[in-house]
Amino acid sequence: MNINLSEALPGAVRKLDPRELWRTPVMLVVEIGAAATTVMAVLDPSTMAWTVTVWLWLTVLFGTLAESVAEGRGKAQAASLRALQQETTAQRRRPDGGYDEVASTALRAGDVVLVEAGQRIPGDGDVIEGVASVDESAVTGESAPVIRESGGDRSAVTGGTVVLSDRIVVRITSDPGQSFVDRMIALVEGSERQKTPNEIALNVLLSTLTVIFLVVVGSLYFVADYSDAHQSLIVLTALLVCLIPTTIGALLSAIGIAGMDRLVRRNVLAMSGRAVEAAGDVDVLLLDKTGTITHGNRQASALLPLAGVSPEELAEASLLSSLADETPEGRSIVALVGDRRPVPAGASLVEFTATTRMSGIDLPGGREIRKGAGSAVTAWAGGTTPELDELVQGVSSTGGTPLVVAQRSGETGRLLGVIHLKDVVKDGIRERFDELRAMGIRTVMITGDNAVTAAAIAQEAGVDDFLAEATPEDKMALIRREQEGGRMVAMCGDGTNDAPALAQADVGVAMNTGTTAAKEAGNMVDLDSDPTKLIDVVEIGKQLLITRGALTTFSVANDVAKYFAILPAMFVVAFPQLDVLNVMQLSSPESAIVSAVVFNALVIVALIPLSLRGVRYRPSSATALLRRNLLIYGIGGLVAPFLGIKLLDVVISLIPGI
Amino acid sequence: MSSLAPALGQIAVLVIALAVAVPFLGRYLAHTYTSQRHLAVERASYRLLRVDPDADQHWKTYATSVLGFSLVGLLGLYALGRLQEHLPLSLGYAALPADGAWNTAVSFVTNTNWQWYSGESTVGHLFQMSGLTVQNFVSAAVGMAVAAAFARGLARSMQDGRVGNFWSDLVRGTVRVLLPIAAGSALVLVACGAIQNLVGNRTVGTQVITGGPVASQEAIKQLGTNGGGFYNVNSAHPFENPTPFTDIVQIFLMLVIPFAMAWAFGLIVKDRRQGIAVVSVMALLLGVAISLLTWAEMAGIGLAPAAAGGAMEGKEVRFGTAASALFAAATTGTSTGAVNSMHDSLTAPGGGVAMFGMMLGEIAPGGVGSGLYGMLMLAIVTVFLCGLMVGRTPEYLGKKIGQREIVLVALYVLATPVLVLTGIAVAITAQDGLAGLQESGPHGLSEALYAVTSAANNNGSAFGGLTSGTPFWDTLLGLLMLLGRFLPIVFVLALAGRFASQQHLPPSAGTLPTHKPLFVALLSGVALVVVGLTYVPVLALGPIAESLS
Repeated sequence: MNINLSEALPGAVRKLDPRELWRTPVMLVVEIGAAATTVMAVLDPSTMAWTVTVWLWLTVLFGTLAESVAEGRGKAQAASLRALQQETTAQRRRPDGGYDEVASTALRAGDVVLVEAGQRIPGDGDVIEGVASVDESAVTGESAPVIRESGGDRSAVTGGTVVLSDRIVVRITSDPGQSFVDRMIALVEGSERQKTPNEIALNVLLSTLTVIFLVVVGSLYFVADYSDAHQSLIVLTALLVCLIPTTIGALLSAIGIAGMDRLVRRNVLAMSGRAVEAAGDVDVLLLDKTGTITHGNRQASALLPLAGVSPEELAEASLLSSLADETPEGRSIVALVGDRRPVPAGASLVEFTATTRMSGIDLPGGREIRKGAGSAVTAWAGGTTPELDELVQGVSSTGGTPLVVAQRSGETGRLLGVIHLKDVVKDGIRERFDELRAMGIRTVMITGDNAVTAAAIAQEAGVDDFLAEATPEDKMALIRREQEGGRMVAMCGDGTNDAPALAQADVGVAMNTGTTAAKEAGNMVDLDSDPTKLIDVVEIGKQLLITRGALTTFSVANDVAKYFAILPAMFVVAFPQLDVLNVMQLSSPESAIVSAVVFNALVIVALIPLSLRGVRYRPSSATALLRRNLLIYGIGGLVAPFLGIKLLDVVISLIPGI
Repeated sequence: MSSLAPALGQIAVLVIALAVAVPFLGRYLAHTYTSQRHLAVERASYRLLRVDPDADQHWKTYATSVLGFSLVGLLGLYALGRLQEHLPLSLGYAALPADGAWNTAVSFVTNTNWQWYSGESTVGHLFQMSGLTVQNFVSAAVGMAVAAAFARGLARSMQDGRVGNFWSDLVRGTVRVLLPIAAGSALVLVACGAIQNLVGNRTVGTQVITGGPVASQEAIKQLGTNGGGFYNVNSAHPFENPTPFTDIVQIFLMLVIPFAMAWAFGLIVKDRRQGIAVVSVMALLLGVAISLLTWAEMAGIGLAPAAAGGAMEGKEVRFGTAASALFAAATTGTSTGAVNSMHDSLTAPGGGVAMFGMMLGEIAPGGVGSGLYGMLMLAIVTVFLCGLMVGRTPEYLGKKIGQREIVLVALYVLATPVLVLTGIAVAITAQDGLAGLQESGPHGLSEALYAVTSAANNNGSAFGGLTSGTPFWDTLLGLLMLLGRFLPIVFVLALAGRFASQQHLPPSAGTLPTHKPLFVALLSGVALVVVGLTYVPVLALGPIAESLS
């Protein structure tokens, strides 16, 4: 993590403006306290008064600095995005079919433009004619060009990206200033940042604690007077600032900005902070089978020879028939046999066609080998056998695809066996689902496959449930049903027909390759178009909430030690017996108070990296998470200030006049 | 120590009796507040009150009913006091002064039962019976009703802010719960020597002995966690609390409904474990208070007790240190405020523990009903702090704690400390306030602090040493009692309405479990830390400074 202080500091100083600070009431109270002690230090100067005053100001500054640093990380990204917005000329289609040259800023939603190879796409839109490869690296960071074509689910283009080949006609879908890139810039800069519901709720709690401590310190002024232990306003202000939850108050907005930033770093854009928070609450994940759970193409997983055929013979025949087969299935057969060799000289290849439904090779010497759909190959080989039917049936019933292998020499055909093709579940995905289950999140696999295939894959991948032969309506109904039960649903999608479901889901992640409709409907966009990322999104949401909770607990727990530092210091003159409470054996009352104030300020700085990074999060059950975080931030929060204040006291007691 | 065995013995008896009674009474309470049927006598009351007992009230209507009913009680009691000399059975006592009548009216309507007066020399039988004793019943029933409404709010889903019917809760709590148990207990007390008659003041030799309907008031005084004694010295008086056996009965009566309400809460929200968790936290905190108080009193901490060879000042020889400590812990852990020893004479740490028990907000186990909702409010704070640490928006019993909810919880949490701390600041700054203090220095502070804490938390026990029957103290404490009772009730009911409107969310492995030992420990910890942080500075200058000297 690189924090550029020289860039962050001016912003931090600007944020000291009370009109900015009122959004964080805790820090506003500190600032008012700092202003008050400044006045008192001027009126009645002493080393102690000035030291406290300086450190109170530093406390406020450290808080604004945290926010400024968090924002700074988004600014660099925003700058590179702005470069995309340079004005270009666009070729706008006239009603008569001709094209006008206009400035890209003059384009409105509904205009139709022509973009040719080498040109920059002038605005967000949908391809309505043609197909082109487009360089979207400026937006996604992915250098490989992507294909954009009219119709279907890959029709959306982003303004600022560059057409590399061919030409497309695009219907513009956004007005100037409201494009996707504009929204991205606003998001990463945090200029549109609004407080999220949980952040507001936490702020209420922090303000409540602040009010309680204001009353505590206010009443203490009178109680101390009654007890003939009059306290100066400087000391009371120092006590107040130490007690109110400044640590979390100072870091709260930085935590929120950093949470959004963590998503951005993984190339996910959240349209609102609310969505990030909601991600932490998700109970049900709807995951598309293809691309998320499986690799998306079927692969050979076993060779099943018939009786009387040796495994080696079937392997050889399968290999030979697949050597020139460049389909993923064919390559997976070669990989399974594991014996890549050149195609024998003189052999002729037989391509797969929809009519023959098989492919293979004719070897010199009259040996012909075919593999393909069961009915086609058995017909070619001269009839099936009950044994083969049983093998084929067996593979189908587990959700796999059977490929029958046969050979023919002259007119005599011979069935050899079956290749079991199946949808291969990604490595590690099962463990991932186990983690999700431990977190209390149910996974539901969505697939267009039939129920048998779906059940087999669901079983293998370890998802909790599946929706087979899913239509968009089914998806929508499933989301509604879950939500009626009070559960929060997250899903990802890309097609136009996903849009209603994306809008209905509590967290809808649209793929950047998807349609504009899908991107509009979702509340997040994944620039990498990787459906697996939904899981990351949930984890980032949880991490955001945990970071807030952990630092709040830490902040409140700190108060115990501060009492032990400050209370004896305040009252030891009037009540010498209270020195028993000075468990840290701080050197003098003045040093004790200053040490507590300095500790209070420095702990903010110390925790800035943590608030930006987020606390470490490992998926596990609520109880395990709570136990771990309580131990670190609760118990740690109790103990750390005792050590910190004592150490500071050793140093501060050396300052003359304290 | 030879006295240790009886000390532990009485605690054991109490624990066993409660362990038997609480689940049973809890089940009965849950049924009382959820049943659809009305008893004949209840139907008659509804006709008399002209209310529809089956109307499902919105929380605002419910709260208005609570406030309206209490206001009528307040005015009635005030009138009874002011008109005493003109009414029968006054024993010839004069009317109460305006400030005194106000203070007493507020005190009994708010279930506080702070008494600035000596019962036997200020008020007659009519005032005691139809004024104070009636309020003892209904103010307790109001507290239980609010707690029941809150539990129902948590149990409901999408009910548009409707939390039940106050009138039915009020009447049922009185008729089905308080009256039968109080009547039975009164008989037990009478059998053991408490008096029950309508005899006035009788002069025996040089003494004036006051008789009266003592046992009937005594039973509900303890059962309803009221605490207002017939006699000035309260349960230290042999007519109120004649034997060590009646003493343990009285302690049992104070504790049984608050614990049973928590048990009933679990049943109402249909998860018994939740109720048991709340009972456990209450028991844990009370156990700590009892241990500390018993230790402080039996060891006789402090200069004077050490010199005297024991902390017997202000204690009844019939009970001794251990039974006095147990009673003190129970009366300040609940919102009862009855005393069987003079708390002013508790050892300094003992007095500190008693004060801390009240400062906790009367949650261990607290007043009837108010203990439960107070504890649940702290549970929500705990869930909010710790729920975030499991990575979800905090929720309690399937209800999300969002912005609107936390605002209400925050107001609840703020109310009492603000009252106590502004109260103490006013009391020790004003000349009239200082005039009431018997001592100066830390002990004087303790006297004032105890009084404002007791009032704002609706406890009603007094530290003694404070002359409170002055216009200043009567007014101040009256205000604290009134605000300390009804502000929280309004916030609790508003929150109940919010919860009733919310959809119930099913728990998952990712939800913070609120019935496990870890949560019990957390809730206890949060209660101690939050209250500790609020009151430690002022405690440091009072009881702590005093203890350490």
